[in-house]
Amino acid sequence: MKDTITLSVFRGDHTGGEERSYDVPVTEGMVVLDAVHYIQQHLAPDLAVRWNCKAARCGSCSAEINGRPRLMCKTRLDVLGEGVIHVRPMKSFPVIRDLVTDVSWNYRVARQIPGFTPAHPAPFVMHQVDVERSQEFRKCIECFLCQNVCHVLRDHDLKSRYVGPRFMIKIAELEMHPMDTVDRIDFTQKDAGVGYCNVTKCCQEVCPEHIHITDNAIIPMKERVADEKYDPVRMLVRAIRGR
Amino acid sequence: MSEAIETHEHDVVIIGAGGAGLRAAISAAQPGVRVAVLCKSLLGKAHTVMAEGGAAAALGNLDAADSWRTHFYDTVRSAHFINNYRTAEIFAKEAPDRIIELEGWGALFDRTPDGKIMQRPFGAHTFRRLAHVGDHTGLELIRTLQYRAIQSEVEFFQEFTSTRLLLDGDRVAGVMGYYRETGRFALFRARAVVLATGGWGRLYQVTSNSWESTGDGAAMAFMAGAELGDMEMVQFHPTGMVWPPGVRGILVTEGVRGEGGVLLNSEGERFMLRYDPERQELSSRDVVARAIYKEVQAGRGTPHGGAWLDITHKGAAFILRKLPNMYDQYLTLANVDITKTKFEVAPTCHYTMGGVRADPETCATTVKGLYACGEVACGLHGANRLGGNSLSDLLVFGRRAGEAAREWAQGLEAQPGIDAAEVQAEQERVLAPFSVEKGENPYDLHAQLQAVMSTHAGIARDRAGLEAGLAKVEELKERSRKVACGGSRMFNPGWHMCFDVKSMLTLGEAIIRSAMARTESRGAHWRTDYPDETEEMGSVNFVVWRDGDEMKLKTAPVPKMPPELRALFETGRAPGVPAPTGSPSERR
Ligand SMILES: Cc1cc2nc3c(=O)[nH]c(=O)nc-3n(C[C@H](O)[C@H](O)[C@H](O)COP(=O)(O)OP(=O)(O)OC[C@H]3O[C@@H](n4cnc5c(N)ncnc54)[C@H](O)[C@@H]3O)c2cc1C
Ligand code: SF4
Ligand code: SF4
Ligand code: FES
Repeated sequence: MKDTITLSVFRGDHTGGEERSYDVPVTEGMVVLDAVHYIQQHLAPDLAVRWNCKAARCGSCSAEINGRPRLMCKTRLDVLGEGVIHVRPMKSFPVIRDLVTDVSWNYRVARQIPGFTPAHPAPFVMHQVDVERSQEFRKCIECFLCQNVCHVLRDHDLKSRYVGPRFMIKIAELEMHPMDTVDRIDFTQKDAGVGYCNVTKCCQEVCPEHIHITDNAIIPMKERVADEKYDPVRMLVRAIRGR
Repeated sequence: MSEAIETHEHDVVIIGAGGAGLRAAISAAQPGVRVAVLCKSLLGKAHTVMAEGGAAAALGNLDAADSWRTHFYDTVRSAHFINNYRTAEIFAKEAPDRIIELEGWGALFDRTPDGKIMQRPFGAHTFRRLAHVGDHTGLELIRTLQYRAIQSEVEFFQEFTSTRLLLDGDRVAGVMGYYRETGRFALFRARAVVLATGGWGRLYQVTSNSWESTGDGAAMAFMAGAELGDMEMVQFHPTGMVWPPGVRGILVTEGVRGEGGVLLNSEGERFMLRYDPERQELSSRDVVARAIYKEVQAGRGTPHGGAWLDITHKGAAFILRKLPNMYDQYLTLANVDITKTKFEVAPTCHYTMGGVRADPETCATTVKGLYACGEVACGLHGANRLGGNSLSDLLVFGRRAGEAAREWAQGLEAQPGIDAAEVQAEQERVLAPFSVEKGENPYDLHAQLQAVMSTHAGIARDRAGLEAGLAKVEELKERSRKVACGGSRMFNPGWHMCFDVKSMLTLGEAIIRSAMARTESRGAHWRTDYPDETEEMGSVNFVVWRDGDEMKLKTAPVPKMPPELRALFETGRAPGVPAPTGSPSERR
């Protein structure tokens, strides 16, 4: 690997901006966030970036690295090849400054989902096999990378119609919780807009927690809705899967 | 320079949205009570999210002999008897209810074969006690609390840095700070304030802590006149990542050892058998961290100055199920497959036992209307925190602090008064770095402070080193008066760092002063010039407080246990553990 690498980082705010280049000395095992920190410490102290844990656990450092949505703290420089590394903020959310975007829409959506409502007070008797499906969804670190790539939100900006993959797994998690009693099927179809998803699986590909968003959450939720309601995409899925 | 300042009025303002702050918010919130939560980062990102191993509570799901008494016993012993016994008693008694309550709010802990909450063994816990979800228990805890709290009327102010507590005479009156996004100030008038701002691991070079752990809350409380206790007690977790350099310090959960991992030195020796034949790898953190340190000093370290941790004998399927994040972490960040090879670990700064002195029942501090809970508070952990005891600490005392703050607020006739001049002065203070020319770079100051603390007040300490460290901190403090930043007020990390550094300098000084005073070795505090525990020092806590511009130090007596609790320690055996056959209770 080379001794120095060039990072081309977006600098700007909601009014616009451009990428600026910085040369960063490389050390073994360095990740993109290390390089961004180097820039902050030595070249541009006011470079805005979100991060917390630097261990891929908090989901703060989402960005587009060479066009691909990734966590900066989990992306090693040596997997990115020799060329200039482009670092840009997530495209689906308004830029605040540099790499920081306004993700507040997600927090507003979260508030609308009917919460967990158990049949009786805890403690519960639940078996591992019965909690595993929801546990998978609860691994979500809310990095919003899936929201960022979902074309319904990214290209069509249908945030007012579709809650996006992050919140589809939230709904699925509650629906599949062994003790929950609320029926969110109507909510899933009308308010959450599950019909807008056409199962491209882009969300599942970028998830740093390897959650099977489409396969394990969205498709089953579509099926649950379809058991009660009509959904053309699901009909197609069924046709493809041959059942 | 004066600007119209955005002003809010609340009954209870909670600073911090980690486990402690969120739990406090849930219990403060009641119809008609105005509650606000302020936090430096986005909701759900607080340091608590990183907790891995689990939350300790004597549920007795696997070991029926476990009880609050055994949990109390383990906690006090690990604290080396300088914690507040009453805090530990309340803690051990209430922790099981708090965990079950989380389950009732939707948390999905791993299960036992008969469908109860699974509990894992952990260092220095007599029984299997940690409720957990794989190796991401903190995430489970924070998400459960977060989604519970947003269902209530609590107002959240995210990415807001509090810089000062305002007083009306001797009681709290509000909080000042600025939005990180815009740099604009806001004033929160409050009847009660709960500090839940976490610890200050960022004072050290090698740390498992997130950027937020700069100790702002403790520093603000100190400025407001509250007492800080046990500041010399800083926990170094035995196992942090070592290599490559960028990942140094990132935590390797104790769960690896809990699930059967063993520590080896460069000669392949399982050295913990020598340091603690009984508890071995699952000895308390201070013992294991020191053992690794000593092995490295003796020339038996790994290539990058640590020890080997090996769990390969458990098999890939087991490791992937029990420690999925650890597997992923080593594979992506270090190119190491922990199912196939042993890997390097070394101590990393992890937790701060000291903090704002808080009443066991209510979490009240020495300032009226000000409460402290979670890592920022002191009292429960003494000289060494047990793994898993922090997460349940957040729940037990978060709840109590939120309730007590609400009750205090409801008992006040009127909103305390705010001094406009103080508000003005605070704005000027916070904006000052923009108008300093050729000033000090805050990042450099931080890096130098970390170097000083690591060298002079790290795992091994002695008088000469501490004295030299104090002189260097004083010098950095002087230089920090001229700290400067460029750019605008909009999301400007350089400017944010100016404030963080000042908090950390205050706490660094407190750590060193307290460490100088404790002329013995106890728990996490290891004085090479005073290698033994002494009875005299075992009866005191060191306390710092502010007198004008000066930091003063005094001792406070360790509260004495009532006879029925003291009796638990007289058999030399944890409650619930059967006596070895034939020998009476005298065995030590
Ligand atoms: C890697 C790791 C693993 C751990 N694993 C375990 C474990 O398995 N079991 C266990 O019991 N413990 C564990 N711990 C310890 C435990 O996670 C922490 O002690 C605990 O989470 C602290 O919680 P808290 O609520 O006190 O504060 P934090 O979670 O640190 O939250 C602090 C909050 O205060 C806010 N804040 C701080 N300053 C300001 C300011 N100036 N203005 C506004 N807001 C502010 C922050 O934004 C944040 O919201 C672990 C720690 C680490 C680092
Ligand atoms: S599968 Fe659905 S939710 Fe996922 S990216 Fe495609 S359209 Fe969006
Ligand atoms: S589902 Fe995956 S990609 Fe989406 S927010 Fe959660 S962790 Fe991120
Ligand atoms: S900094 Fe937490 S996920 Fe990257």
